[in-house]
Amino acid sequence: MGYTLFEKIIRNHSSAKKLCVGSIVEVDVDRMMIHDFFTPFCIEKFHMMGFSRVKFPDRIVFIYDHLVPASFIGDYRHHKVAEEFASLQGIKNIHRHDGVCHQLMHEMGYIKSGDIVLGTDSHTTTYGALGVLATGIGYTEMAAVLGTGKLWLKIAPTIRIKIDGTLSEGTYSKDIILQILADISIDGANYKIIEFQGETIDKMSIASRLVLSNMSVEAGAKAGLIAPDAKTIQYLQKHGIKDDIDLIKSDDDAEYEAELNYRAEDFLPMVACPSSVDNCVHVCELSNIEIDQAFLGSCTNGRLEDLEIASKILRGKQVHPNVRFIVVPASIGVYREAIKKGIIELLVNAGVIINHPSCGLCAGRSGGILVDGENIISSNNRNFLGRMGGNEVNIYLGSPATVAASGLEGRIVDPRRYL
Amino acid sequence: MIHSGHVIKLPDNVDTDIIIPTQYMTLETIEEMVPYAFTPLRPDIPDKVRKGDILICGDNFGCGSSREQAPEIIKLLGFYCVIAKSFARIFYRNSVNNGLLVIENKKIYDRVKEGSKISIDLEMHQIQTYSGELIEFGDFPETVISIIDKGGLVNYYREMNMKDHS
Repeated sequence: MGYTLFEKIIRNHSSAKKLCVGSIVEVDVDRMMIHDFFTPFCIEKFHMMGFSRVKFPDRIVFIYDHLVPASFIGDYRHHKVAEEFASLQGIKNIHRHDGVCHQLMHEMGYIKSGDIVLGTDSHTTTYGALGVLATGIGYTEMAAVLGTGKLWLKIAPTIRIKIDGTLSEGTYSKDIILQILADISIDGANYKIIEFQGETIDKMSIASRLVLSNMSVEAGAKAGLIAPDAKTIQYLQKHGIKDDIDLIKSDDDAEYEAELNYRAEDFLPMVACPSSVDNCVHVCELSNIEIDQAFLGSCTNGRLEDLEIASKILRGKQVHPNVRFIVVPASIGVYREAIKKGIIELLVNAGVIINHPSCGLCAGRSGGILVDGENIISSNNRNFLGRMGGNEVNIYLGSPATVAASGLEGRIVDPRRYL
Repeated sequence: MIHSGHVIKLPDNVDTDIIIPTQYMTLETIEEMVPYAFTPLRPDIPDKVRKGDILICGDNFGCGSSREQAPEIIKLLGFYCVIAKSFARIFYRNSVNNGLLVIENKKIYDRVKEGSKISIDLEMHQIQTYSGELIEFGDFPETVISIIDKGGLVNYYREMNMKDHS
Protein backbone atom coordinates (compact mmCIF):
# COMPACT_ATOMS: atom_id res chain seq x y z
CA MET A 1 0.00 0.00 0.00
CA GLY A 2 1.18 3.51 -0.81
CA TYR A 3 1.82 6.49 1.41
CA THR A 4 0.11 9.84 1.67
CA LEU A 5 2.06 13.07 1.22
CA PHE A 6 1.90 13.59 5.00
CA GLU A 7 3.31 10.13 5.71
CA LYS A 8 6.12 10.63 3.20
CA ILE A 9 7.23 13.89 4.82
CA ILE A 10 7.19 12.21 8.25
CA ARG A 11 9.24 9.28 6.91
CA ASN A 12 11.92 11.70 5.72
CA HIS A 13 12.18 13.23 9.19
CA SER A 14 12.01 10.25 11.51
CA SER A 15 13.99 7.15 12.28
CA ALA A 16 10.81 5.19 13.05
CA LYS A 17 10.71 2.06 10.90
CA LYS A 18 7.00 1.49 10.86
CA LEU A 19 4.38 4.15 10.45
CA CYS A 20 0.70 3.60 10.96
CA VAL A 21 -2.19 5.92 11.75
CA GLY A 22 -2.32 6.52 15.53
CA SER A 23 1.33 5.78 16.23
CA ILE A 24 3.54 8.47 17.77
CA VAL A 25 6.88 9.38 16.20
CA GLU A 26 9.63 11.84 17.00
CA VAL A 27 10.58 14.11 14.11
CA ASP A 28 13.38 16.57 13.35
CA VAL A 29 12.09 20.10 12.84
CA ASP A 30 13.40 22.21 9.93
CA ARG A 31 12.08 25.62 11.02
CA MET A 32 10.61 27.12 14.16
CA MET A 33 8.63 30.36 13.96
CA ILE A 34 7.67 32.39 17.02
CA HIS A 35 5.62 35.57 16.78
CA ASP A 36 5.69 38.47 19.19
CA PHE A 37 2.50 37.58 21.05
CA PHE A 38 4.21 34.57 22.60
CA THR A 39 7.92 35.44 22.78
CA PRO A 40 7.99 36.29 26.53
CA PHE A 41 6.02 33.17 27.50
CA CYS A 42 8.08 30.86 25.28
CA ILE A 43 11.42 32.23 26.49
CA GLU A 44 10.33 32.02 30.13
CA LYS A 45 9.40 28.34 29.69
CA PHE A 46 12.70 27.66 27.90
CA HIS A 47 14.60 28.88 30.96
CA MET A 48 12.27 27.09 33.39
CA MET A 49 13.00 23.84 31.55
CA GLY A 50 16.67 24.25 32.36
CA PHE A 51 17.89 24.76 28.80
CA SER A 52 20.72 27.20 28.32
CA ARG A 53 21.31 27.15 24.55
CA VAL A 54 18.91 26.72 21.63
CA LYS A 55 19.82 23.70 19.56
CA PHE A 56 19.73 25.30 16.09
CA PRO A 57 19.77 29.13 16.17
CA ASP A 58 19.71 29.34 12.36
CA ARG A 59 16.43 27.42 12.13
CA ILE A 60 14.58 29.88 14.36
CA VAL A 61 12.63 32.85 13.00
CA PHE A 62 11.19 35.63 15.20
CA ILE A 63 8.44 37.69 13.59
CA TYR A 64 6.82 40.71 15.19
CA ASP A 65 3.36 41.06 13.68
CA HIS A 66 0.60 40.92 16.30
CA LEU A 67 1.89 43.93 18.23
CA VAL A 68 3.19 46.11 15.38
CA PRO A 69 3.12 49.02 15.70
CA ALA A 70 2.64 48.83 19.49
CA SER A 71 -0.81 49.85 20.71
CA PHE A 72 -0.35 49.56 24.46
CA ILE A 73 2.56 50.30 26.76
CA GLY A 74 2.96 46.63 27.71
CA ASP A 75 3.44 45.56 24.08
CA TYR A 76 7.03 46.79 24.07
CA ARG A 77 8.04 44.09 26.56
CA HIS A 78 7.32 41.37 23.97
CA HIS A 79 9.84 42.80 21.55
CA LYS A 80 12.44 43.67 24.19
CA VAL A 81 12.47 40.15 25.64
CA ALA A 82 12.81 38.68 22.14
CA GLU A 83 15.70 41.00 21.23
CA GLU A 84 17.65 40.10 24.38
CA PHE A 85 17.12 36.37 23.83
CA ALA A 86 18.00 36.55 20.13
CA SER A 87 21.20 38.44 20.78
CA LEU A 88 22.26 36.01 23.52
CA GLN A 89 21.43 32.91 21.46
CA GLY A 90 22.72 34.11 18.10
CA ILE A 91 19.28 34.11 16.43
CA LYS A 92 19.64 36.28 13.36
CA ASN A 93 16.32 35.76 11.58
CA ILE A 94 14.19 38.56 13.00
CA HIS A 95 11.48 40.56 11.26
CA ARG A 96 10.50 43.60 13.25
CA HIS A 97 7.93 45.31 11.03
CA ASP A 98 7.87 43.43 7.73
CA GLY A 99 4.40 41.88 7.87
CA VAL A 100 2.42 38.84 8.97
CA CYS A 101 4.43 35.73 9.86
CA HIS A 102 2.43 33.48 7.53
CA GLN A 103 3.33 35.62 4.55
CA LEU A 104 6.97 36.24 5.48
CA MET A 105 7.87 32.60 6.15
CA HIS A 106 7.53 31.70 2.47
CA GLU A 107 8.08 35.12 0.93
CA MET A 108 11.48 35.42 2.65
CA GLY A 109 12.64 31.95 1.67
CA TYR A 110 12.56 30.23 5.06
CA ILE A 111 10.68 27.10 3.98
CA LYS A 112 10.47 24.64 1.12
CA SER A 113 8.34 21.69 0.06
CA GLY A 114 8.93 18.59 2.17
CA ASP A 115 10.01 20.53 5.28
CA ILE A 116 8.52 20.17 8.75
CA VAL A 117 7.82 23.62 10.15
CA LEU A 118 6.33 24.55 13.53
CA GLY A 119 4.97 27.89 14.63
CA THR A 120 3.39 29.26 17.78
CA ASP A 121 0.29 30.11 15.81
CA SER A 122 -2.61 27.98 14.67
CA HIS A 123 -2.49 29.38 11.12
CA THR A 124 0.99 27.92 10.59
CA THR A 125 -0.97 25.40 8.48
CA THR A 126 -0.78 28.05 5.71
CA TYR A 127 2.53 26.69 4.36
CA GLY A 128 0.85 23.37 3.59
CA ALA A 129 -0.06 24.98 0.26
CA LEU A 130 3.62 24.72 -0.69
CA GLY A 131 3.88 21.06 0.29
CA VAL A 132 5.30 21.90 3.73
CA LEU A 133 4.14 19.93 6.75
CA ALA A 134 3.44 22.93 8.94
CA THR A 135 1.39 23.15 12.09
CA GLY A 136 0.81 25.25 15.19
CA ILE A 137 1.95 24.35 18.68
CA GLY A 138 1.83 26.07 22.08
CA TYR A 139 4.68 28.10 23.53
CA THR A 140 5.69 25.49 26.12
CA GLU A 141 6.03 22.88 23.43
CA MET A 142 7.94 25.39 21.28
CA ALA A 143 10.32 26.03 24.20
CA ALA A 144 11.13 22.31 24.20
CA VAL A 145 11.60 22.31 20.41
CA LEU A 146 14.03 25.24 20.70
CA GLY A 147 16.05 23.19 23.18
CA THR A 148 15.92 19.83 21.39
CA GLY A 149 15.11 20.45 17.71
CA LYS A 150 12.55 17.65 17.92
CA LEU A 151 8.83 17.12 18.46
CA TRP A 152 6.55 14.11 18.94
CA LEU A 153 3.71 13.84 16.44
CA LYS A 154 0.81 11.49 16.07
CA ILE A 155 0.38 9.92 12.63
CA ALA A 156 -2.96 11.34 11.56
CA PRO A 157 -5.28 10.06 8.86
CA THR A 158 -5.76 12.12 5.69
CA ILE A 159 -9.02 13.42 4.24
CA ARG A 160 -8.69 13.97 0.51
CA ILE A 161 -10.63 16.88 -0.95
CA LYS A 162 -10.63 16.81 -4.73
CA ILE A 163 -11.89 19.78 -6.74
CA ASP A 164 -12.17 19.68 -10.51
CA GLY A 165 -13.44 22.20 -13.04
CA THR A 166 -13.23 25.96 -13.32
CA LEU A 167 -14.42 28.48 -10.74
CA SER A 168 -17.00 30.91 -12.08
CA GLU A 169 -16.29 34.62 -12.03
CA GLY A 170 -16.65 36.20 -8.60
CA THR A 171 -15.86 33.02 -6.67
CA TYR A 172 -12.47 32.38 -5.13
CA SER A 173 -10.57 29.95 -2.95
CA LYS A 174 -12.06 31.71 0.10
CA ASP A 175 -15.54 30.70 -1.07
CA ILE A 176 -14.33 27.13 -1.55
CA ILE A 177 -12.94 26.80 1.95
CA LEU A 178 -16.01 28.42 3.53
CA GLN A 179 -18.23 25.92 1.67
CA ILE A 180 -16.03 23.04 2.85
CA LEU A 181 -16.23 24.32 6.44
CA ALA A 182 -20.01 24.52 6.14
CA ASP A 183 -20.03 20.91 4.90
CA ILE A 184 -17.63 19.30 7.36
CA SER A 185 -18.08 21.74 10.32
CA ILE A 186 -15.45 23.29 12.56
CA ASP A 187 -14.29 19.97 13.96
CA GLY A 188 -14.65 18.00 10.73
CA ALA A 189 -10.90 17.49 10.40
CA ASN A 190 -9.86 17.61 14.07
CA TYR A 191 -6.60 15.68 14.52
CA LYS A 192 -6.57 14.93 10.79
CA ILE A 193 -4.74 16.03 7.67
CA ILE A 194 -6.58 17.60 4.74
CA GLU A 195 -5.00 17.16 1.33
CA PHE A 196 -6.35 19.23 -1.56
CA GLN A 197 -6.10 17.77 -5.05
CA GLY A 198 -7.68 18.21 -8.47
CA GLU A 199 -7.44 20.35 -11.57
CA THR A 200 -8.97 23.42 -9.89
CA ILE A 201 -6.10 23.37 -7.37
CA ASP A 202 -3.57 22.82 -10.17
CA LYS A 203 -4.86 25.92 -11.96
CA MET A 204 -4.92 28.07 -8.82
CA SER A 205 -2.30 30.72 -8.02
CA ILE A 206 -0.04 30.08 -5.01
CA ALA A 207 -1.76 32.96 -3.18
CA SER A 208 -5.17 31.29 -3.64
CA ARG A 209 -3.82 27.90 -2.53
CA LEU A 210 -2.45 29.49 0.65
CA VAL A 211 -6.02 30.48 1.60
CA LEU A 212 -7.15 26.83 1.57
CA SER A 213 -4.29 25.65 3.77
CA ASN A 214 -4.56 28.67 6.05
CA MET A 215 -8.20 27.94 6.88
CA SER A 216 -7.84 24.16 7.08
CA VAL A 217 -7.17 24.72 10.76
CA GLU A 218 -10.69 26.15 11.08
CA ALA A 219 -11.89 22.56 10.66
CA GLY A 220 -9.38 21.48 13.31
CA ALA A 221 -6.86 20.05 10.84
CA LYS A 222 -3.26 19.43 11.84
CA ALA A 223 -2.22 20.36 8.30
CA GLY A 224 -3.79 21.36 4.99
CA LEU A 225 -1.48 20.01 2.31
CA ILE A 226 -1.12 20.56 -1.42
CA ALA A 227 1.54 18.60 -3.30
CA PRO A 228 4.21 20.83 -4.88
CA ASP A 229 4.20 21.32 -8.66
CA ALA A 230 6.09 23.46 -11.19
CA LYS A 231 4.25 26.56 -9.94
CA THR A 232 5.37 25.84 -6.36
CA ILE A 233 8.99 25.45 -7.42
CA GLN A 234 8.89 28.65 -9.41
CA TYR A 235 7.42 30.51 -6.43
CA LEU A 236 9.96 29.15 -3.95
CA GLN A 237 12.90 29.87 -6.26
CA LYS A 238 11.68 33.41 -6.82
CA HIS A 239 11.66 33.83 -3.04
CA GLY A 240 15.18 32.64 -2.39
CA ILE A 241 15.14 28.84 -2.19
CA LYS A 242 18.25 27.47 -3.87
CA ASP A 243 18.05 23.78 -2.87
CA ASP A 244 16.60 21.18 -5.19
CA ILE A 245 12.95 20.58 -4.49
CA ASP A 246 11.55 17.09 -4.64
CA LEU A 247 8.11 16.87 -6.28
CA ILE A 248 6.80 14.75 -3.44
CA LYS A 249 3.15 13.63 -3.63
CA SER A 250 0.72 11.01 -2.35
CA ASP A 251 0.99 7.59 -4.02
CA ASP A 252 -1.88 6.58 -6.27
CA ASP A 253 -2.75 3.75 -3.89
CA ALA A 254 -2.41 5.81 -0.68
CA GLU A 255 -5.18 5.27 1.81
CA TYR A 256 -7.47 8.14 2.81
CA GLU A 257 -9.86 8.15 5.72
CA ALA A 258 -12.44 10.01 3.67
CA GLU A 259 -12.72 11.50 0.21
CA LEU A 260 -14.77 14.53 -0.73
CA ASN A 261 -15.29 15.55 -4.35
CA TYR A 262 -16.42 18.94 -5.61
CA ARG A 263 -17.07 20.64 -8.94
CA ALA A 264 -15.62 24.15 -9.06
CA GLU A 265 -18.64 25.41 -11.04
CA ASP A 266 -20.90 24.63 -8.05
CA PHE A 267 -19.27 27.11 -5.69
CA LEU A 268 -20.94 30.45 -5.01
CA PRO A 269 -19.74 33.51 -3.08
CA MET A 270 -20.04 32.56 0.60
CA VAL A 271 -20.22 34.44 3.87
CA ALA A 272 -19.54 33.00 7.35
CA CYS A 273 -22.02 34.60 9.76
CA PRO A 274 -21.46 35.32 13.46
CA SER A 275 -19.96 33.69 15.41
CA SER A 276 -18.69 30.49 13.91
CA VAL A 277 -16.62 29.92 10.79
CA ASP A 278 -18.90 27.08 9.66
CA ASN A 279 -22.06 29.18 9.98
CA CYS A 280 -22.00 29.89 6.25
CA VAL A 281 -24.59 31.00 3.73
CA HIS A 282 -24.46 32.00 0.09
CA VAL A 283 -24.04 35.75 0.10
CA CYS A 284 -27.17 36.14 -2.06
CA GLU A 285 -29.23 34.64 0.79
CA LEU A 286 -28.35 37.48 3.19
CA SER A 287 -30.84 40.28 3.25
CA ASN A 288 -29.69 43.78 3.90
CA ILE A 289 -26.98 43.39 6.55
CA GLU A 290 -25.67 46.92 6.95
CA ILE A 291 -22.00 47.21 7.83
CA ASP A 292 -20.00 49.71 9.84
CA GLN A 293 -16.60 48.49 8.76
CA ALA A 294 -14.85 46.42 6.10
CA PHE A 295 -11.44 44.80 6.61
CA LEU A 296 -9.19 43.48 3.87
CA GLY A 297 -6.02 41.90 5.18
CA SER A 298 -4.60 39.11 7.40
CA CYS A 299 -2.64 35.93 6.71
CA THR A 300 -5.70 34.60 4.88
CA ASN A 301 -6.43 37.30 2.31
CA GLY A 302 -4.01 40.22 2.47
CA ARG A 303 -1.91 39.32 -0.58
CA LEU A 304 -1.34 41.19 -3.82
CA GLU A 305 -4.06 39.36 -5.76
CA ASP A 306 -6.55 40.16 -2.97
CA LEU A 307 -5.71 43.87 -3.08
CA GLU A 308 -5.91 43.74 -6.86
CA ILE A 309 -9.43 42.28 -6.77
CA ALA A 310 -10.54 44.98 -4.33
CA SER A 311 -9.01 47.71 -6.46
CA LYS A 312 -10.87 46.45 -9.53
CA ILE A 313 -14.16 46.80 -7.68
CA LEU A 314 -13.35 50.16 -6.08
CA ARG A 315 -11.77 51.76 -9.15
CA GLY A 316 -13.17 55.25 -9.67
CA LYS A 317 -15.76 54.80 -6.91
CA GLN A 318 -16.11 55.84 -3.29
CA VAL A 319 -16.43 53.68 -0.17
CA HIS A 320 -19.91 54.06 1.37
CA PRO A 321 -19.94 57.09 3.74
CA ASN A 322 -21.09 54.96 6.69
CA VAL A 323 -18.25 52.47 6.29
CA ARG A 324 -14.69 52.55 7.60
CA PHE A 325 -12.78 50.47 5.04
CA ILE A 326 -9.42 49.24 6.33
CA VAL A 327 -6.77 47.55 4.19
CA VAL A 328 -3.64 45.93 5.61
CA PRO A 329 -1.16 44.43 3.10
CA ALA A 330 0.15 41.10 4.40
CA SER A 331 3.79 42.13 4.07
CA ILE A 332 6.04 45.01 3.15
CA GLY A 333 6.75 43.16 -0.10
CA VAL A 334 3.05 43.04 -0.95
CA TYR A 335 2.75 46.72 0.05
CA ARG A 336 5.61 47.77 -2.27
CA GLU A 337 4.23 45.75 -5.18
CA ALA A 338 0.79 47.28 -4.63
CA ILE A 339 2.31 50.76 -4.69
CA LYS A 340 4.20 49.97 -7.88
CA LYS A 341 1.04 48.74 -9.58
CA GLY A 342 -0.95 51.81 -8.57
CA ILE A 343 -3.28 49.75 -6.39
CA ILE A 344 -2.60 51.70 -3.18
CA GLU A 345 -3.24 55.05 -4.85
CA LEU A 346 -6.47 53.76 -6.29
CA LEU A 347 -7.63 52.41 -2.91
CA VAL A 348 -6.72 55.64 -1.10
CA ASN A 349 -8.60 57.66 -3.70
CA ALA A 350 -11.63 55.46 -3.07
CA GLY A 351 -11.54 56.42 0.61
CA VAL A 352 -9.79 53.39 2.06
CA ILE A 353 -7.63 53.53 5.21
CA ILE A 354 -4.28 51.75 4.66
CA ASN A 355 -2.53 50.41 7.76
CA HIS A 356 1.02 49.06 8.10
CA PRO A 357 1.61 45.37 7.25
CA SER A 358 0.81 43.33 10.39
CA CYS A 359 -1.98 41.11 11.74
CA GLY A 360 -3.98 44.30 12.23
CA LEU A 361 -7.59 43.89 13.17
CA CYS A 362 -7.47 40.09 13.02
CA ALA A 363 -5.43 40.14 16.24
CA GLY A 364 -8.24 42.20 17.76
CA ARG A 365 -6.20 44.78 19.59
CA SER A 366 -5.58 47.61 17.19
CA GLY A 367 -6.21 48.96 13.74
CA GLY A 368 -9.95 49.49 13.97
CA ILE A 369 -11.52 47.56 16.85
CA LEU A 370 -15.31 47.75 16.94
CA VAL A 371 -17.94 48.36 19.62
CA ASP A 372 -20.91 46.15 20.54
CA GLY A 373 -23.70 46.09 18.02
CA GLU A 374 -21.51 46.97 15.04
CA ASN A 375 -21.22 44.78 11.94
CA ILE A 376 -18.09 44.09 9.94
CA ILE A 377 -17.38 42.21 6.73
CA SER A 378 -13.84 40.88 6.81
CA SER A 379 -11.43 38.84 4.71
CA ASN A 380 -9.72 37.20 7.69
CA ASN A 381 -10.19 33.68 9.05
CA ARG A 382 -12.14 33.85 12.32
CA ASN A 383 -15.37 35.45 13.46
CA PHE A 384 -15.31 34.32 17.07
CA LEU A 385 -17.08 36.30 19.79
CA GLY A 386 -14.97 39.20 20.96
CA ARG A 387 -12.22 38.77 18.36
CA MET A 388 -12.34 42.33 17.04
CA GLY A 389 -13.30 44.37 20.09
CA GLY A 390 -16.59 44.16 21.99
CA ASN A 391 -18.22 40.81 22.76
CA GLU A 392 -21.26 41.70 20.69
CA VAL A 393 -19.57 42.76 17.48
CA ASN A 394 -20.97 40.80 14.53
CA ILE A 395 -18.17 39.53 12.31
CA TYR A 396 -19.00 38.29 8.81
CA LEU A 397 -16.26 36.63 6.75
CA GLY A 398 -16.03 36.66 2.98
CA SER A 399 -13.70 36.85 0.00
CA PRO A 400 -11.80 40.06 -0.84
CA ALA A 401 -14.35 40.68 -3.62
CA THR A 402 -17.27 40.38 -1.20
CA VAL A 403 -15.50 42.69 1.26
CA ALA A 404 -14.82 45.30 -1.42
CA ALA A 405 -18.30 45.25 -2.95
CA SER A 406 -19.89 45.41 0.51
CA GLY A 407 -17.68 48.35 1.48
CA LEU A 408 -18.96 50.16 -1.56
CA GLU A 409 -22.63 49.48 -0.86
CA GLY A 410 -22.61 49.81 2.95
CA ARG A 411 -24.21 46.38 3.27
CA ILE A 412 -23.18 42.84 2.50
CA VAL A 413 -23.68 42.21 -1.20
CA ASP A 414 -22.93 39.60 -3.85
CA PRO A 415 -19.69 40.75 -5.54
CA ARG A 416 -20.53 39.25 -8.93
CA ARG A 417 -22.46 42.33 -10.00
CA TYR A 418 -19.40 44.53 -9.46
CA LEU A 419 -16.85 42.66 -11.55
CA MET B 1 -7.07 8.21 43.57
CA ILE B 2 -10.66 9.42 43.63
CA HIS B 3 -11.47 13.09 43.22
CA SER B 4 -14.88 14.70 43.79
CA GLY B 5 -15.94 18.12 42.60
CA HIS B 6 -18.82 20.24 41.36
CA VAL B 7 -19.60 20.57 37.68
CA ILE B 8 -19.42 23.70 35.56
CA LYS B 9 -20.84 23.03 32.13
CA LEU B 10 -20.08 24.59 28.74
CA PRO B 11 -21.53 23.95 25.26
CA ASP B 12 -19.92 22.70 22.00
CA ASN B 13 -17.14 24.60 20.20
CA VAL B 14 -15.95 26.83 23.03
CA ASP B 15 -12.98 28.52 21.36
CA THR B 16 -9.80 29.91 22.88
CA ASP B 17 -10.91 33.49 22.17
CA ILE B 18 -13.73 32.78 24.65
CA ILE B 19 -11.45 31.15 27.22
CA ILE B 20 -9.21 34.23 27.14
CA PRO B 21 -9.99 37.13 24.76
CA THR B 22 -7.04 38.44 22.77
CA GLN B 23 -7.05 41.92 24.30
CA TYR B 24 -5.94 40.56 27.69
CA MET B 25 -3.10 38.42 26.39
CA THR B 26 -0.33 40.94 26.86
CA LEU B 27 -0.96 41.13 30.61
CA GLU B 28 2.31 40.00 32.13
CA THR B 29 1.09 37.01 34.10
CA ILE B 30 -1.59 34.36 33.84
CA GLU B 31 -2.79 35.46 37.31
CA GLU B 32 -3.68 38.88 35.90
CA MET B 33 -5.63 37.30 33.03
CA VAL B 34 -7.73 35.04 35.26
CA PRO B 35 -10.57 37.55 35.98
CA TYR B 36 -11.22 37.82 32.21
CA ALA B 37 -11.50 34.08 31.59
CA PHE B 38 -14.63 33.05 29.66
CA THR B 39 -15.94 36.66 29.66
CA PRO B 40 -17.52 36.59 26.17
CA LEU B 41 -19.67 33.58 27.12
CA ARG B 42 -19.68 33.02 30.90
CA PRO B 43 -18.26 36.01 32.79
CA ASP B 44 -19.53 34.47 36.05
CA ILE B 45 -17.03 31.60 35.95
CA PRO B 46 -13.94 33.28 37.49
CA ASP B 47 -15.95 34.18 40.63
CA LYS B 48 -18.04 31.06 40.73
CA VAL B 49 -15.40 28.33 40.38
CA ARG B 50 -14.21 26.56 43.53
CA LYS B 51 -10.96 24.65 43.76
CA GLY B 52 -11.41 21.12 42.51
CA ASP B 53 -14.41 21.87 40.27
CA ILE B 54 -14.75 19.91 37.06
CA LEU B 55 -15.33 21.55 33.69
CA ILE B 56 -17.65 19.51 31.48
CA CYS B 57 -17.83 20.55 27.84
CA GLY B 58 -19.34 19.55 24.52
CA ASP B 59 -17.51 18.79 21.30
CA ASN B 60 -14.37 20.49 20.00
CA PHE B 61 -13.43 22.23 23.24
CA GLY B 62 -10.57 24.73 22.87
CA CYS B 63 -10.81 25.18 19.10
CA GLY B 64 -9.21 28.19 17.46
CA SER B 65 -5.90 29.78 18.23
CA SER B 66 -2.79 28.16 19.68
CA ARG B 67 -2.81 30.37 22.77
CA GLU B 68 -1.58 28.33 25.66
CA GLN B 69 -2.90 30.80 28.17
CA ALA B 70 -6.20 28.93 27.71
CA PRO B 71 -5.26 25.70 29.56
CA GLU B 72 -2.99 27.63 31.95
CA ILE B 73 -5.94 29.78 33.03
CA ILE B 74 -8.26 26.79 33.45
CA LYS B 75 -5.68 25.17 35.70
CA LEU B 76 -5.08 28.35 37.68
CA LEU B 77 -8.82 28.90 38.16
CA GLY B 78 -8.69 25.70 40.21
CA PHE B 79 -10.37 23.23 37.88
CA TYR B 80 -9.28 19.67 38.61
CA CYS B 81 -9.80 18.58 35.02
CA VAL B 82 -11.73 19.14 31.80
CA ILE B 83 -14.00 16.43 30.45
CA ALA B 84 -15.17 17.11 26.91
CA LYS B 85 -16.97 15.14 24.21
CA SER B 86 -13.91 15.99 22.11
CA PHE B 87 -10.97 18.40 22.20
CA ALA B 88 -9.36 20.55 19.53
CA ARG B 89 -5.86 19.31 18.72
CA ILE B 90 -3.65 22.19 19.84
CA PHE B 91 -5.64 22.72 23.04
CA TYR B 92 -5.27 19.04 23.93
CA ARG B 93 -1.49 19.12 23.50
CA ASN B 94 -1.21 22.42 25.37
CA SER B 95 -3.24 21.01 28.28
CA VAL B 96 -1.05 17.94 28.61
CA ASN B 97 2.08 20.08 28.38
CA ASN B 98 0.81 22.24 31.24
CA GLY B 99 -0.20 19.30 33.40
CA LEU B 100 -3.94 19.93 33.03
CA LEU B 101 -5.85 16.67 33.06
CA VAL B 102 -8.08 16.33 29.98
CA ILE B 103 -10.49 13.43 29.57
CA GLU B 104 -12.39 12.68 26.40
CA ASN B 105 -15.84 11.22 27.08
CA LYS B 106 -19.05 11.52 25.11
CA LYS B 107 -21.50 10.03 27.64
CA ILE B 108 -21.11 12.18 30.73
CA TYR B 109 -22.33 15.46 29.17
CA ASP B 110 -26.04 14.67 29.09
CA ARG B 111 -26.01 12.96 32.48
CA VAL B 112 -24.89 15.85 34.66
CA LYS B 113 -26.14 19.34 35.38
CA GLU B 114 -24.21 22.45 36.29
CA GLY B 115 -23.61 22.42 40.05
CA SER B 116 -24.02 18.67 40.54
CA LYS B 117 -21.25 16.70 42.17
CA ILE B 118 -19.31 13.91 40.45
CA SER B 119 -16.34 11.69 41.34
CA ILE B 120 -13.48 10.66 39.08
CA ASP B 121 -11.43 7.52 39.67
CA LEU B 122 -8.26 7.76 37.59
CA GLU B 123 -7.09 4.22 38.36
CA MET B 124 -10.38 2.59 37.44
CA HIS B 125 -11.01 5.04 34.57
CA GLN B 126 -14.49 5.72 35.91
CA ILE B 127 -16.68 8.73 36.55
CA GLN B 128 -19.48 8.42 39.09
CA THR B 129 -22.44 10.79 38.79
CA TYR B 130 -24.47 12.11 41.72
CA SER B 131 -27.13 9.47 41.10
CA GLY B 132 -24.50 6.73 41.37
CA GLU B 133 -24.22 5.92 37.67
CA LEU B 134 -20.75 4.77 36.59
CA ILE B 135 -19.31 5.95 33.27
CA GLU B 136 -16.06 4.50 31.90
CA PHE B 137 -13.46 6.50 30.04
CA GLY B 138 -10.50 5.33 27.96
CA ASP B 139 -6.86 4.88 28.86
CA PHE B 140 -4.29 7.63 28.21
CA PRO B 141 -1.20 7.13 26.03
CA GLU B 142 1.97 6.64 28.07
CA THR B 143 3.63 9.85 26.87
CA VAL B 144 0.64 11.80 28.10
CA ILE B 145 0.63 10.15 31.54
CA SER B 146 4.32 10.73 32.13
CA ILE B 147 4.04 14.44 31.25
CA ILE B 148 0.90 15.03 33.34
CA ASP B 149 2.42 13.08 36.26
CA LYS B 150 5.37 15.43 36.32
CA GLY B 151 3.06 18.45 36.28
CA GLY B 152 3.74 19.36 32.66
CA LEU B 153 6.45 19.63 30.05
CA VAL B 154 8.49 22.22 31.99
CA ASN B 155 9.09 19.82 34.88
CA TYR B 156 9.64 16.93 32.47
CA TYR B 157 12.52 18.72 30.74
CA ARG B 158 13.84 20.34 33.93
CA GLU B 159 14.39 16.90 35.42
CA MET B 160 15.98 15.66 32.22
CA ASN B 161 18.30 18.66 31.92
CA MET B 162 19.30 18.39 35.60
CA LYS B 163 20.27 14.76 35.06
CA ASP B 164 22.32 15.72 31.99
CA HIS B 165 24.23 18.34 33.96
CA SER B 166 24.90 16.18 37.02
